[in-house]
Amino acid sequence: MSPRTNGAAQKIQIRGLHKSFGPKVVLDGLDLDVAVGESVVVIGGSGTGKSVLLKCILGLLTPDSGSIKIDGEEVVGLGSRDRDRVLRKFGMLFQNAALFDSLPVWENVAFGLIQGEGMDRTDAKKVAIEKLAAVGMTAEVGELSPAELSGGMRKRVGLARAIATAPEIIFFDEPTTGLDPIMGDVINDLIVKCVQELGATTLSITHDMASARKIAHRVAMLYDGKIIWAGPVANIDGSGNDYVDQFIHGRAEGPIQMQVRAD
Amino acid sequence: MPILQPIGRTFLIFLATAGRLSLFAANGLSHSVRPPIYMRLITRQMIDIGYYSLPVDGSTAIFTGMVLALQSYTGFARFAAESAIPNVVVVSITRELGPVLAGLMVAGRVGAAMAAEIGTMRVTEQIDALDTLATNPFKYLVAPRLIAGITTLPLLVFVADIIGVFGGYVVSIYKLGFNPSIYLKNTIDFVEVEDVASGLVKAAVFGFLITLMGCYHGYNSKGGAQGVGAATTNAVVSASILILCFNYFITEMFFAR
Repeated sequence: MSPRTNGAAQKIQIRGLHKSFGPKVVLDGLDLDVAVGESVVVIGGSGTGKSVLLKCILGLLTPDSGSIKIDGEEVVGLGSRDRDRVLRKFGMLFQNAALFDSLPVWENVAFGLIQGEGMDRTDAKKVAIEKLAAVGMTAEVGELSPAELSGGMRKRVGLARAIATAPEIIFFDEPTTGLDPIMGDVINDLIVKCVQELGATTLSITHDMASARKIAHRVAMLYDGKIIWAGPVANIDGSGNDYVDQFIHGRAEGPIQMQVRAD
Repeated sequence: MPILQPIGRTFLIFLATAGRLSLFAANGLSHSVRPPIYMRLITRQMIDIGYYSLPVDGSTAIFTGMVLALQSYTGFARFAAESAIPNVVVVSITRELGPVLAGLMVAGRVGAAMAAEIGTMRVTEQIDALDTLATNPFKYLVAPRLIAGITTLPLLVFVADIIGVFGGYVVSIYKLGFNPSIYLKNTIDFVEVEDVASGLVKAAVFGFLITLMGCYHGYNSKGGAQGVGAATTNAVVSASILILCFNYFITEMFFAR
């Protein structure tokens, strides 16, 4: 995937982000920029705060300090009405898809259109079926319950829901985790296709380097609460950073020492 | 003093929990009266709470009315006061047993289900997903349940009152040999609007408490399946205790003069 914009304005700008849970410091002065139309993938080990970073940007967690700007607007500390307005710019694919069990598949996909934008249910269903088709699923699937879907199908429905409102920014939380390599590649291809069609800015977090290489313009490595390396995906093999090298090659030996027990 | 530390800590935890619960209730009630109001969700919850609780509620009420008539007869026979049975049955059912037993039954059936459903939504990130779809979880999940609980429990209790009185009537007529016309006349003459109204007010308060506890414990559950299980237990236990506690205060408000 090649970047469509160079030197563009920043869609997301994060400065000095701190977040702790009790004595455990998770984000420790994190800085990150995502340009308009850019696809940035944040890599890092389990428990390094990748999901916390996404949740802070979405306002699901309140940072202890620091600044998060979306289109130049500070979003930390926004009131609920302004936050809803900002959230309308976002779509998100959750790690386990987070589909609503009580609703059929089509209504999951159309949820943002019906509840967020007030679209008529009949029209929203038509859009949902179009979005399901865009991720390779038939209209019949729309009538199923999420409990009847396989892991790969759930991810696809989650992707259809994330793109249904044509958001400006899409977050992908571990999009290929738990899938076999072939289905993982199918999801990666769908992500690339959908994002290109929408022209959206994306921020993804993953452990899966094959996925990162496929969907990223730029990769950033999160370690010890900070971004310790960021650069174009093509440069990742020659980053010259021991932490990045250890991570992308999946070696036990190196500067990153895995915690084997919780403190 | 080391012995005072755990007492102080427990008291502080109690105050913090009471504060969190009060804020949660205020937030839920505030979203219940501000648009948009999700009528489709409210209707679905009303059916869940009301219609599907009818078999449990009805069977509890009819057996309670039957036992009440039988026990009253065996007790009152000692004082030759058997004629007071219709009065005792109707007042006990409408003022106390109807709302309290229906409340406890619904707490077990609906409160547990709400805590489990919302708790599962919490641990599977469905509540986070609601947020990212610009839908306030309080408005979408909590407010419809609170509205449905407050409005449906009084209807359920009214039905339970009728079924409970009917249970007492059946035992009194077919087992104890009462005259049907006199039994019904005594029942209607003795019961007052205040008896029924106090029971319905209690039902509305119990409906609020049951749905509040189900939503609060589910919303704040954490730690996967075990956390959802704990939330379910806590929702039922806390709602049951609050029902019995508030029953006293509402009774005092209506009748202690």
